[in-house]
Amino acid sequence: MDNKTAFSKKWLFAFLLILILATLPFYTHPYLIVSITSILMYVCLTVSWVIFCAPTRYMSLATATFFGVGMYTSGVLGELLPFPVVVACGGITSFLIGLLTGFICLRLRGFYFAIFTFGLNELVRHSVLWWEANVAGTVGRWVIILESLTIYYYMLIIVLLTVLVAYFLKRSRFGLILYSIGESEEAAAHIGINVTRYRIIFFAVSCFFMGMAGAVMATKWAYIDPRIAFNPVLNFTPVLMALFGGVGDIYGPILGAGLLTLISELLLSRFPYYYMLLYGIIFIVIISFLPEGLVGLAKKWQKNP
Amino acid sequence: MDSLDARTFGNQIRKNMIKLVLDVIMGLNLQYGVARVLNVSHGEFVMVGAFITFWAYKLFGINPLVSLAICGPMLFIIGLFTYRTLFQYLRKSSHSVDVFEGRSMLASFGMLYMIQNIALLWWGPNVKAYTFLNYPVKLFGLTLEANRLVALIFTLVVVLVFYMFILHSNIGKAIRAAAQNEKSAQLLGINVQAVLALCFGLGALLAGLAGSIISMMQEITPVMGFPYLIIALIVLVLGGAGNILGSLVGGLILGGVTTVVMYWEPGLSLVVSYAIFALILIIRPQGVLAR
Repeated sequence: MDNKTAFSKKWLFAFLLILILATLPFYTHPYLIVSITSILMYVCLTVSWVIFCAPTRYMSLATATFFGVGMYTSGVLGELLPFPVVVACGGITSFLIGLLTGFICLRLRGFYFAIFTFGLNELVRHSVLWWEANVAGTVGRWVIILESLTIYYYMLIIVLLTVLVAYFLKRSRFGLILYSIGESEEAAAHIGINVTRYRIIFFAVSCFFMGMAGAVMATKWAYIDPRIAFNPVLNFTPVLMALFGGVGDIYGPILGAGLLTLISELLLSRFPYYYMLLYGIIFIVIISFLPEGLVGLAKKWQKNP
Repeated sequence: MDSLDARTFGNQIRKNMIKLVLDVIMGLNLQYGVARVLNVSHGEFVMVGAFITFWAYKLFGINPLVSLAICGPMLFIIGLFTYRTLFQYLRKSSHSVDVFEGRSMLASFGMLYMIQNIALLWWGPNVKAYTFLNYPVKLFGLTLEANRLVALIFTLVVVLVFYMFILHSNIGKAIRAAAQNEKSAQLLGINVQAVLALCFGLGALLAGLAGSIISMMQEITPVMGFPYLIIALIVLVLGGAGNILGSLVGGLILGGVTTVVMYWEPGLSLVVSYAIFALILIIRPQGVLAR
């Protein structure tokens, strides 16, 4: 099999997958649509996390923050504007806050970046909590409710957009720039790359998709408060899902997010009392024994079967 | 400041006095600063310490102060065991310290899930509390609950013993050497792996003692850990990783600032402590004490 047929096979497979997902509501149970929506959400969050964090090796633990920003945009603007505009606004607000965050933490390298973003989520969560209680005079907000089918299609479009951007970004000049930042920031600066600019912009780009996903998913929960919107668990799950799949290729994170969401939903329905214990064990096993992820494992097997 | 204000301010200091010192002893500093494990489940160790003390008191009538002597070693063994099994494996299989830091943090997040779930299964989700020395005593014109006073004294003792241990004992010297430069320490004949495991165990021990002391004053639940993790994280950043004396200063700063903010606008005390955390990271990521 030469390279060209492999290439076209890949596209054919992607096309078929999209076709199946797009027509799925016509022949499946509505419940399945709801759970596939949540898989799509995790795929979107994981892939958008991978856009910036995998090549540059800056581990961001603020996924929940930007997701929550999107949710709150939806909560505030939901009734004022048509929904597609709301979703775009969620993305843009998240993008702007991402720009600001990227600018603020420019001096932070390596692990301090992770700690900073982790703290950022808490800062935002408690600020919003305080603002809602003392200025707005509420705890949470009601969000407009959409049909689960509408949410599904919105999510599908966002995921497609995220994956396409991630795919073409990686193959473009910018992908190489991000990788060179990850390999050695000083060396990248020396060969004339404006490290500062690209770090800020692509961090914000990855936040853009998280914000859009948040704006859509808020309508699924119908009610949001800072504890739901900025749930610290969501800071870690995309990292784990990306690691599970393997961050080298675009299908790694998609596979990781899809499989792990499935597994966790299964665990939650089968063993509700042991769910966290089992999930924790899976967490540790993945980190200990799958450093390259599923894709890495498959490649290793291909090399020496 | 009129007299009423002065009194409420005094009250705030009284309430926060314990927290101020606890912040110090819970510093994740040993675990991150020396063993390079950012233990996200640190708060869970605090919770386990609190529950051990609670059950020892409820089931066997063991005095919570005596429990400190049970709790500490138990948590130390748990900590030592997790380091020796999980984190040492991760350390060996990671090709750089950066990778190890990322992986160990994620693994400890998995541990957070596991410990919390086990605690929920064993002890149930309900809020638990016991009364211990629950009467007021007067000290320098301030009225304190006796349990707070005892807790304060014991915290001070623990901190003092701990700092003497780090500063003057041979093992303490080995720990500081490993914190400064692992490779040189190894060249000088220090068994670095053992020291790192010891540090992780000691971190768990301090968390357990803190939990034990907290249970004397507050209600406890299996999900109480997270805020303590955040406090410990802020202290770590304020003091600077690997700077053992720094966590003392960091704890004092955090305690002082939150006390003032509590007096001014109670709802904002957490927000302000995170803001300090973010500011310190941006301006002086090496910590306030570093040269």
